[in-house]
Amino acid sequence: MTTPAPASTSTIDLVARFPGVVQADARPGYSGFIVEKDSLVEVATAIRDEFGFDLMTAVTGVDYAPDKMEVVYHAYRTTGGPGLVFKVQVPRVDPVEVPSLIHLWPGVDLQEREAWDLLGIKFNGHPDLRRILMWEGFEGHPLRKDWKEGFYEEDTKPFKSRWPDGQFYMAEDKNPFKDNLTFPQNFDPEKWIPEGDALLYGALARYTVKSEEGISTDRIVINMGPHHPSTHGVFRAVMTLDGETIVGLKPVLGYLHRNHDKIGERNTYLQNMPFTDRLDYFNSMTNNFGYALAVEKLMKIPVAERAEYIRVIVSELSRIQNHLIFIGTTLNDLGAMYTPSLYTFEERELILDVFEAISGARMMCNYFRFGGVVRDIEEAEMNKIKDLVYERIPPKTDELDRMLSENEVLVSRMKGIRMINAEDAIAYSVTGPVLRAAGVPYDIRRADPYGIYDRFDFDVAVRYNGDLMDNYLIRIDEIRQSLRILDQAIKQIPQGPINSQKPQYQVRVPAGEAYGRVESPKGELGYYVVSNGKPNPWRYHVRPASFVNVTSLEKICVGTKIADFVVLLAMFDMVMGECDR
Amino acid sequence: MYGKGILKGLGVTAKRFWETYTEDLAWLLRGKKRYYTEEGVRHRSSKDQKGIFTVQYPEERLILPEEARYLPFLVYNELADGKREILCTSCGICAKVCPPQCIWIVRSNDPTTGRPIPEPTEFFIDADICMNCGYCAEYCPFDAIKMDHDFEIASYGRNVYNMEQLLKSSEYYKSIRPQNYAREEAARKAEEEAKKAKAAAKAAAEAAAKAAPPPAESPAASAADTQVNS
Repeated sequence: MTTPAPASTSTIDLVARFPGVVQADARPGYSGFIVEKDSLVEVATAIRDEFGFDLMTAVTGVDYAPDKMEVVYHAYRTTGGPGLVFKVQVPRVDPVEVPSLIHLWPGVDLQEREAWDLLGIKFNGHPDLRRILMWEGFEGHPLRKDWKEGFYEEDTKPFKSRWPDGQFYMAEDKNPFKDNLTFPQNFDPEKWIPEGDALLYGALARYTVKSEEGISTDRIVINMGPHHPSTHGVFRAVMTLDGETIVGLKPVLGYLHRNHDKIGERNTYLQNMPFTDRLDYFNSMTNNFGYALAVEKLMKIPVAERAEYIRVIVSELSRIQNHLIFIGTTLNDLGAMYTPSLYTFEERELILDVFEAISGARMMCNYFRFGGVVRDIEEAEMNKIKDLVYERIPPKTDELDRMLSENEVLVSRMKGIRMINAEDAIAYSVTGPVLRAAGVPYDIRRADPYGIYDRFDFDVAVRYNGDLMDNYLIRIDEIRQSLRILDQAIKQIPQGPINSQKPQYQVRVPAGEAYGRVESPKGELGYYVVSNGKPNPWRYHVRPASFVNVTSLEKICVGTKIADFVVLLAMFDMVMGECDR
Repeated sequence: MYGKGILKGLGVTAKRFWETYTEDLAWLLRGKKRYYTEEGVRHRSSKDQKGIFTVQYPEERLILPEEARYLPFLVYNELADGKREILCTSCGICAKVCPPQCIWIVRSNDPTTGRPIPEPTEFFIDADICMNCGYCAEYCPFDAIKMDHDFEIASYGRNVYNMEQLLKSSEYYKSIRPQNYAREEAARKAEEEAKKAKAAAKAAAEAAAKAAPPPAESPAASAADTQVNS
């Protein structure tokens, strides 16, 4: 049995360094520090420069209705170790204002915009504080506790109308189309011209046009997406072009937004598990893992030993199939239509066959439970996994490598196209393979091990050029490292129970907060869960890898050619289900 | 040499291409059918697959593992007189645990006694809302709701299933999930045996107590007796 690691931020004494303005968070179940609003920038500067927490991973808000709101920051060191949580509390009167930290960590850009959009927390000093996930003209801030959605039924599930006298109705009959939204006063959707677009193009227009050598050139604005095949979903990038060179870029998100966080607050703890499958729908196993970690931390329960190994096995299989898809679709984006992607999909299908046999579904696995997993891996399935790990995937990975990695067309297309360098990647909170390809060996499995990853011998895959070629090659490296972990896990897995808890449909979660994070194949996937002891979480926040990584897109793309944009975007391996939530 | 990498890559694709035909030939020589047979499909989704990988749906189908889950159904037992014994007791756990809240159960009361009737009066599942998570089947204490294997339910309208559409026999359940069924049956049998043994032990003890005249007629002694027996 392994117990969840205790919150170990006690080594850093912020209170002694800033007496009077910083207090330890003494609420039961909470950890970290509460910083006075006026000294936030000063304290955050010290946290970054003196204490070395250079990676600001998660910024989010919590609505402690009715009296206060809180902004929560999770900072980590790229050299590894536990993180530092600090919070700012402000009274809940409009406008809720907090100083922005964008000048210290540019990576908080989109996350602060999200907190403004969904919670109505104003970040003073943010240069472009627009809505990001909701549409411009939307009224209210959906994650506030007093906001109710169009199909609102009750604050929390289970709804009372379902049992014992469950008179069935269709949601759309109860709340027909056009009457399920509240618009601002005097707002007519037919006549409305999105003012946000004016703001968006205005933000791009600050690049001045200068004509060189007497030749006047026009700059054009191009909308890439939301329906562009290379954006892997409904992602839109508004770009200003000078000739072929990108001189300005703004990502536009939210086309797939379904307010996962709000759904999560209505759900019970257990009900959230299948919803996490739908975030990054390629990796439901790692999504489950992060959420299970967060809730297990809150519940302070151990995980059954065999389940720990099963978790590692399914996570690493998930990583392999994700990277295979990545290689296939990226090559598609590069113009190598379908051959590589169909080859990689074969191995993925075999891995999904295993997932289906053990969890019941190929993609929406819903496999993890608090304290373990739902079903054991039987002998037959374990043999299948062994076949894949020892006989099938290694030669197929080599074959893929042989087919693509030395191809002169591919190499000349990808080598030397700069993606991002190490300093910028850290500043922009980039995580995952993109960060490691830039030369920062930061992998949560090694830097801040969760589960039983500290027992395995593996190398953190790292490449140093940060160009497209390295971003492609690092995926193959990671597949090989995952195979190493799988080999050890398969050999070491003990017999025994698969859950330390009795199966129960209503779990008791004591009050407190927890941040569970995993190294998902796309980067850091974190879940920030706040419990008040009731059956439903008070706050449930997902820190998705895709969403935060895309913060750096402007930095990466400005100065490159538009033809490279497609590949640069592909290297993030974005999944809009996770990005927009 | 420039172009070596391309040639290497082309070698991989050429090998793939020819392997389809060499495999076909090998199957032919062994006198087995590679296509449109279960054996062929099974081989094509195993580690030994070479060449073509495609399964020609709907003529060929992938073999679903037992745990595959899609949409819940209600299980009933076929009784000897042709009547159906619905296992559901309308306890409401599935409706409470359902993440998208797509289960509606009507439980009614006996008009004479006023106590709830176990069998549900109505049972609705909005299949368009169902997310196939399998919680209802997982947490049902009576093995009354199970996940189906039938995934071909495309339609033009809304799919709201009432109890009549949801009910499927335990024979069907046994056919799609033999291992689970066997496990549950064994558990049920063991429980019944235990109950029977307990009842028999109790009856025997009572008979023994009746046969032998009690030494003292005090209520405390008989209470102690029953405690020992139970």
